[in-house]
Amino acid sequence: MARFGMVIDTSKCVGCMDCVAACKTENDVPDGLCRDWIVTEVTGVFPDLSMEIRSERCNMCDNPPCVHCCPTGASHVSDFGKLVQITEDMCIGCKACLAACPYGARYAHPKGYADKCTFCEHRLKVGQDPACVSVCPTHCMHFGDLDDPHSEVSELLASRKSKVLLPEAGTEPRVHFLTDKAKE
Amino acid sequence: MEISTAAAGVTAVGGIPAFAHGVLSSSETLRTVPTICEICFWKCGGVAHVRDGQLWKIVGNEIDPLSEGRLCPRGTGGVGAHYDATRLTSPLIRKSQRGKEQWVQASWEEALQYIAERMLKIKAKYGPESMALFTHGMGSKFFKHTMRAFGTPNIAAPSYAQCRGPREVGFELTFGEGVSSPERTDIANAQCLVLIGSHLGENMHNTQVQEFAQAIQKGASIIVVDPRFSVAASKAKYYLPIKPGTDIALVLAWMNVLVTEELYDKDYVEAHGFGFDAFAAEIARYTPEWAYPKTGIDPARIRETAREMARYRPASLVHPGRHVTWYGDDAQRSRAIALLNALLGSWGRKGGFYYPSGMDVPEYPYPDYPTPSRPKADNPEHRHPFADETLTNGIRDATLSGKPYPIKGWMVYDTNLIYTVPNQAETIRAIQELDLMVVVDVIPSEIAGWADVVLPEAVYLERYDDLHVAWFRQPFVGLRQPVVEAPDDQKPGWWIARELAHKLGLQSYYPWNDIEEYLRKRTESAGLSFDRLKQDGIILGPKQPLYFDEGVPAEFDTPSGKIEFYSTQLADAGFDPVPKFTPPEEPPPGSFRLLYGRAPVHSFSRTQTNPILSDLMDENEAWINQDIARRYGLVSGDYVRLKNLEGITSKRVKVKATQRIRGDCIFVTHGFGHTSREIFPKYRKGASDAKLLTHYKVDPLMGGTGMNVNFVTLDLET
Repeated sequence: MARFGMVIDTSKCVGCMDCVAACKTENDVPDGLCRDWIVTEVTGVFPDLSMEIRSERCNMCDNPPCVHCCPTGASHVSDFGKLVQITEDMCIGCKACLAACPYGARYAHPKGYADKCTFCEHRLKVGQDPACVSVCPTHCMHFGDLDDPHSEVSELLASRKSKVLLPEAGTEPRVHFLTDKAKE
Repeated sequence: MEISTAAAGVTAVGGIPAFAHGVLSSSETLRTVPTICEICFWKCGGVAHVRDGQLWKIVGNEIDPLSEGRLCPRGTGGVGAHYDATRLTSPLIRKSQRGKEQWVQASWEEALQYIAERMLKIKAKYGPESMALFTHGMGSKFFKHTMRAFGTPNIAAPSYAQCRGPREVGFELTFGEGVSSPERTDIANAQCLVLIGSHLGENMHNTQVQEFAQAIQKGASIIVVDPRFSVAASKAKYYLPIKPGTDIALVLAWMNVLVTEELYDKDYVEAHGFGFDAFAAEIARYTPEWAYPKTGIDPARIRETAREMARYRPASLVHPGRHVTWYGDDAQRSRAIALLNALLGSWGRKGGFYYPSGMDVPEYPYPDYPTPSRPKADNPEHRHPFADETLTNGIRDATLSGKPYPIKGWMVYDTNLIYTVPNQAETIRAIQELDLMVVVDVIPSEIAGWADVVLPEAVYLERYDDLHVAWFRQPFVGLRQPVVEAPDDQKPGWWIARELAHKLGLQSYYPWNDIEEYLRKRTESAGLSFDRLKQDGIILGPKQPLYFDEGVPAEFDTPSGKIEFYSTQLADAGFDPVPKFTPPEEPPPGSFRLLYGRAPVHSFSRTQTNPILSDLMDENEAWINQDIARRYGLVSGDYVRLKNLEGITSKRVKVKATQRIRGDCIFVTHGFGHTSREIFPKYRKGASDAKLLTHYKVDPLMGGTGMNVNFVTLDLET
């Protein structure tokens, strides 16, 4: 079975939040909450500046603290794509996972359960990309099987410089950010 | 390091029905309808998804050449326009003073009768020319038709004199053609892209942003000139932090380098140029050293970037921008940019400016319009000789002065004039001179607050509009069609304009009974199938040559028939035949130049009440250089008010203390700080730049209003 991941090209991302808007409509995310978001990081002093823009979400970690801390097994690694998912009706709303996630990727849904990005599992199952990936006007987001060396995501990671967020947390994230410029 | 997060934890809003999670259950039905977006003016093709009868989401139409199947965040959030809880729901007639926003609800019959009676009175007393129409967007077609049939030539759109007008004039004077919309910029193939104030990525014109990303992917050399370190600047090889208002000096110096170092496209200039020697003589004095103290850009940097453009020519595109009404000499700045492109040989060449084409779709066969007995009132004696569209501010001037003849009625369709035309007090004073003021809108915009009659229009997802006959890389025809029904008593623009025409006795101008009948006739008269258009949303025409080397004739509709480096037209009219630099007024001590621009999730002042887009950004921020902010004891997240030199003060606005802007200016995103009492308070946050734009400098060539000429101080008492 595949091990799904994302590769996001920060050199192309303009931070337009289309990914956020698409997620909100696709997944009926409650008002005031979001499953993905934009971070801009500026370094330097005017005018010698550099800026990285990232579309962030659940990192679908290979070593997921949210799953390890869940007392009921609601947070789990699914067979489909080895994705970190939440079984809503097993969740008791204790929020241990919200505290455990170093990325702030989870929120308490008003209906009482922990909620977060699913990589649009429902779309993956019918052969579509996650909603955020499919709308991005800059085509900066890529989705695929990290275990397949010939997938687009694997080839991008092999050919470009990349990073993950908070590698020191030991979570082994599966959302990778390309940090160099494309060489076409 | 400065980290900011967008779209997390903003205030909750309501209005959108709760669906199950994205997963569509087997008991639900899904219906899709292709249509055209209207959140901005780009007209992207989208496919709306309706789930169990309720609007769910909109995605790009794969066959649409503009969106290539991907909408921008505003288009994606467009479903919020349908669910917007602040929408106008029924016709309203004013019951007290103008601007008090006190109304009685009326039926369409009553409201249209009220308007028609007053229009006919104006016509009888002052003549039909005394009615003016202000418009924006695709829906304006039928209102223009009714007003032309009524007999007025005074039809204006702020998209000209408050936006792209100077650019069109600058390019027409040089190449004989404008840049038009969507811009004919070949960004995708540019090897060097120069952006002057144009903040693509924040300014979310879909095709351009997509092509900008392609240019980045291909490794194009990007040069960004902006007082603010824009998103585009963060993608650039060269960022030039120019002093605001000095762009012409920089462009002149770039041209000086290209000419003196003989880096320009000599063959191209030889073949197509007129007046090059006179131009070159004029340009000789504008050295990078001359430009340095004016622009603050190091001469070595000016030379380096000029050589960079020369290296990649003709695939070096100096982008002409879109909203270019900045300093009142904007047509000449646009002409300077046109001339720089001419030196690079980019016009008509791959990676520069392509030649768009459109399909031949005949207009509906209507009777001829009556010939107005008086010319347009906006530009008496052609005081702005190169204005080639109607000036909104000219109509306002005529309304105020009664000269050259009185303007006594305004009909305002889909444009919030309080936010679009500078100096709100003048607009409000002009409204006092009117016998009739009508606003057609979807939300209670500020201009609607000044109307005698407010007519609620169905949003784009609930209506047909006229065909979209696109001029683009590939010609096509697109259809906007209703996806869902309007929730209340809102009506489509075509219906309103047609009913009004009937009440005015102009029924002969509406020989069709139903919009589908009209659209079918137009579509079929072009030899296309209306049923197919309804089904696919888009019908593509055959590809045409884009560049001179693909067979586009190198013809220029100028007096010389060539690219005019020296403009005899301008000289004859008493203007500079080669652009000159005039230093901008300096901000008085302790004040900052007020600059404004776009954010990717909002269009003008029309989307702040959209529950999805508001959820992504519910207020604007005042960008203040971090070192300056520190002197005021301000950090990001503090609130201040901006006060202009006339003492007009904004609402409280959040400070963004950032390294990303010069110290002599403050930047805000346009469109926020609503004051309409009919808009819920949660959507009225932030500062309105428009309120602070008391001053404007009129472009002598074409009458546009330069608006980056206002200064503000910080008011810390909030």
